[in-house]
Amino acid sequence: MMTKRIGTQTIKFQSPPSIISRASIVGPKEGQGPLKDYFDEILTDDYVGEKSWELAESKIFEKAVDLALKKVNLKPSDINYLFGGDLLNQIISSSFAARSMQIPFFGLYGACSTMAEALSLAAMMIDGGFADYTIAATSSHFSSAERQFRYPLELGNQRTPTSQWTVTGAGATILSKYGNGPYITYVTTGKVVDLGIKDANNMGAAMAPAAADTIINHFRDTGFSPTDYDLVVTGDLGRVGSDLLYEILAREGFDIKDIHMDCGLEIFDESQDIQAGGSGCGCSAVVLNGYLLSEMSKGLFNRIFFMATGALLSTTSTQQGESIPCIAHGVVIERFLN
Amino acid sequence: MAKDVIKEHEYQELVKKTEPKPNLIKNGIGAFVVGGIICTIGQFFLSYFMQKGLKMQDASTITSIIMIFLGAFLTGLGVYDDIGKRAGAGSIVPITGFSNSIVSPAMEFKREGYVFGVGAKMFVIAGPVLVYGITTSVIVGILYYFFGR
Repeated sequence: MMTKRIGTQTIKFQSPPSIISRASIVGPKEGQGPLKDYFDEILTDDYVGEKSWELAESKIFEKAVDLALKKVNLKPSDINYLFGGDLLNQIISSSFAARSMQIPFFGLYGACSTMAEALSLAAMMIDGGFADYTIAATSSHFSSAERQFRYPLELGNQRTPTSQWTVTGAGATILSKYGNGPYITYVTTGKVVDLGIKDANNMGAAMAPAAADTIINHFRDTGFSPTDYDLVVTGDLGRVGSDLLYEILAREGFDIKDIHMDCGLEIFDESQDIQAGGSGCGCSAVVLNGYLLSEMSKGLFNRIFFMATGALLSTTSTQQGESIPCIAHGVVIERFLN
Repeated sequence: MAKDVIKEHEYQELVKKTEPKPNLIKNGIGAFVVGGIICTIGQFFLSYFMQKGLKMQDASTITSIIMIFLGAFLTGLGVYDDIGKRAGAGSIVPITGFSNSIVSPAMEFKREGYVFGVGAKMFVIAGPVLVYGITTSVIVGILYYFFGR
């Protein structure tokens, strides 16, 4: 029993699932960012022909899954499980998409950490022998997130320098027990960490301790160190959160500065007026499925620790003055198995 | 775990120390210039109508109506939020900003219907201003009635 568990929070897969297909779709603003050449599709209309932002988000979720399926000539009926989530109340984007796709569906909410959460579970499902093919997919949409979490789009208010910009985009990854990599080899599941940050406009600061916690536990559980990785990727800590992460890790003697990449910082550039960086479930999903996996297949990276971070707040908890509980889930993706 | 590495209050202090601050000078200048322009436009209409022979009170009512219209119009065109991004309080405080705070949710929540969307959400931002503005004016009115005359 429990032979696949190592340490307190980590799983080492016995037969690591392979990533056989991936797709990423982004909105027009993301399509002007530095990673624009890596995405499968750049929307010209962020309504995607739908009548509400929520339906538009659901549509891109579905499109991303469809596209990933088409790339490997699979049908929805070939897939055993879909793990998906998004930021909207009761995760309607994913559920509405799952309604039309008819794949057995586990809906997840891990805020912006959902992509890593979905990948973890989709991989466990395969290694556990419960599935041959699984999909992990997430989405977010700037306009649907704004109206739920913040203000109407046309309100003339100012963003604080610590605030982040929700990415419009969806990413889908298909895992299989067959395939030639890249492989998911380890999963480190995060705990909810809260160091008392209450500012909903500074989620990077709120999430940094959760990210640090998961990284430190991953290194402790596995015995790895930063030198074992080509890249340690965080989801959307942004500029503020990344610096805080280095600071906390330094106290434990880890330095990841040179191999660290934050999806929220990569997807936009300075001139795009996004303050501290991008965020949202779609942020880490499109950077993983667009940039990271594509560069991995070219050989730029051989071994990465992909960790998406999520701020588990709601508008209610913020208004009631509660602090922001946060989580970070990590998965190790390797190009080859040794 | 993270709490063993860094204490809660210590972390909060670190965040406070390291977080980027808004650029006071740049924001101040933006607010000053834009707020000034909006008020100058208002003053232009006020002077114009008074020159045409309207009384002060009538001229200022018409001016308010025009400024509210301009705020709503620019919101509808999708321009007011771009102005507000740079101007901050310079475009929030004048009556055009009040107009923007009502029109923007009305536009945003149209999909939820005219009753529960537009109707119910229209005052979601301006509501508190109305509640406390009217309450304060009533209190001041009562005080004035008893002590001011």
